[in-house]
Amino acid sequence: MLNTVPTIPELQAKAREIRRHVIRMLARAGSGHPGGSLSATDLLVALYYGKLKHDPKNPKWPERDRFILSKGHCCPALYAILAEMGYFPVGELDTLRQLGSSLQGHPDIKRTPGIEISSGSLGQGLSVGVGMALAARIDGRSYRVYVMLGDGEVEEGQVWEAAMAAGHYRLDNLCAILDNNGLQIDGPIHDVMSPLPLPEKWDAFGWHVIRIDGHNMSQILEAYDRAEAIKGKPTIIVAKTVKGKGVSFMENQVDWHGKAPTPEQAEKALAELV
Amino acid sequence: MTITTQEVRKEATREAYGQALLELGEVNKNIIVLDADLAKSTTTIKFGKKFPERFFDMGIAEANMMNVAAGLATCGKIPFVSTFCIFASGRAWEQIRNTICYSGLNVKIVATHGGLAVGADGSSHQCIEDFALMTAIPTMTVIEPCDAAETKKAIKAVAERPGPVYVRLGRTPSPVLTEEGTPFEVGKASILREGKDITIVACGLMVPNALKAAENLSARGIEATVINLHTIKPLDRKTLVAYAKKTGSVVTAEQHVLEGGLGSAVALALGREYPVPLEAVGIDNRFGQSGSPEALFKEYNLTSEDILQAALKAYGRK
Ligand SMILES: Cc1ncc(C[n+]2csc(CCOP(=O)(O)OP(=O)(O)O)c2C)c(N)n1
Ligand SMILES: [Mg+2]
Repeated sequence: MLNTVPTIPELQAKAREIRRHVIRMLARAGSGHPGGSLSATDLLVALYYGKLKHDPKNPKWPERDRFILSKGHCCPALYAILAEMGYFPVGELDTLRQLGSSLQGHPDIKRTPGIEISSGSLGQGLSVGVGMALAARIDGRSYRVYVMLGDGEVEEGQVWEAAMAAGHYRLDNLCAILDNNGLQIDGPIHDVMSPLPLPEKWDAFGWHVIRIDGHNMSQILEAYDRAEAIKGKPTIIVAKTVKGKGVSFMENQVDWHGKAPTPEQAEKALAELV
Repeated sequence: MTITTQEVRKEATREAYGQALLELGEVNKNIIVLDADLAKSTTTIKFGKKFPERFFDMGIAEANMMNVAAGLATCGKIPFVSTFCIFASGRAWEQIRNTICYSGLNVKIVATHGGLAVGADGSSHQCIEDFALMTAIPTMTVIEPCDAAETKKAIKAVAERPGPVYVRLGRTPSPVLTEEGTPFEVGKASILREGKDITIVACGLMVPNALKAAENLSARGIEATVINLHTIKPLDRKTLVAYAKKTGSVVTAEQHVLEGGLGSAVALALGREYPVPLEAVGIDNRFGQSGSPEALFKEYNLTSEDILQAALKAYGRK
């Protein structure tokens, strides 16, 4: 179990390392989703290195906090973190998306240590989180449940069914993290199918809403702590992010949602991530 | 006519869909297209650019999209609804069953990224159950064209056909085996090759593999008929029974689980009307996984060699 909280510069350095992994993994695989992996990286690094109660050597520890990547297509960033933390060898990152790999194109609970639920079909993760949060209550356990959602993903009706249930049962051990990068596949979210305004909707469903800059490490850490302190309702952290963050030619580009960089593009990207 | 696998160009069936919609949109103003944030992948974006007033991106909300299509259909529109096969047939199944089909509505569900050939995205995106899900619904028509040329014909045909239809299309470029002039009729199996010893019944991407297997069987002195069963439902029982009688053994081949797909439909029909030795090529009680389409076809025993082995087995049981 990890109990030393890293400094902000350490977290930032770690995030850079994770972004480098993401670029290399996707370039090697020849497919995958860079945009949303990079927008989520800081949120994930702060969560895993700065907040989550977990033990990479004992992934099934019953008291561990749970994390669900509901926007499953962004698993490269999560895989890189899990590998860096020792859930499995870093070398396995090279096998992403290959036949027989433990690292599937979308998260697979049966193949990958540290994955709490298979995902990839959008809109389903928050409901699973509600189930885990209810189980904690039933069993009298103190673990917390975190679920990361995409801002296009919240167009799914099921997300709001889950939001309703979490509000109804006052699940204060549940924290949603919304990667608000403003883009989905067919374009900006407000053009394709606007889910806006987001904070007001969650508030209306009985959630406590915290708004932050999703690339500011101290804001992220503080939000995780504030979420834990809120009692009597679930909390959502609406994190404003930049899709493709950290790679200039990918930033805010809808086309970088779901394609891998070529070897040349990867080199260019890695040169920026130092 | 004998269709072979020699030197054919490749095109993904989803590309042909986008093209067909463009042509249909021009001649039929009632055609409306809906997509769920996958318009580039399904290629409905082509229609969306040309006819923006008749195109609706419904966002990542497939269940809602299905019933919006139902509403449009009650008002005389002909909605074409597209997303990936798994989200169309899976996520929105009950909307399709209870609102679209039970109400007898004229909704065309054309879904792409069918089967294992989706590749690296892995199991969550590889729909290998849609024939079972869709054929199980009373009154539904279910089609998987064998190539891009046939897709164009199928899309035009279903636009004319009243009632609900599900069409499964593929992501990867695949051999274009048929021509513009090759006949296509919904519910009428198409014979690609005539042979007296065994009948191979296939659909979609398995058709080129079936043809290849037939060529290799011929080299061993076994002549196979190859049937492109593009319409899984309604089933062309007449043709199937005729060829079961003629050849005395059958192999089915599909990119689908063995339960509830083409193989089980053919087996049921022949079992009731004219039982012959039958072997089935399909996915045996496993989920898919990430990998290249070629590697996956090998891993899941869907290659032309697997069809050939199944054919030898069925033939040997005569
Ligand atoms: C139910 C479902 N419908 C469609 C898709 C295809 N899909 C994958 S990612 C994506 C866009 C997601 O956008 P967003 O949630 O904003 O993710 P991000 O921008 O963080 O990548 C879509 C439509 C899917 N995976 N699941
Ligand atoms: Mg987004």
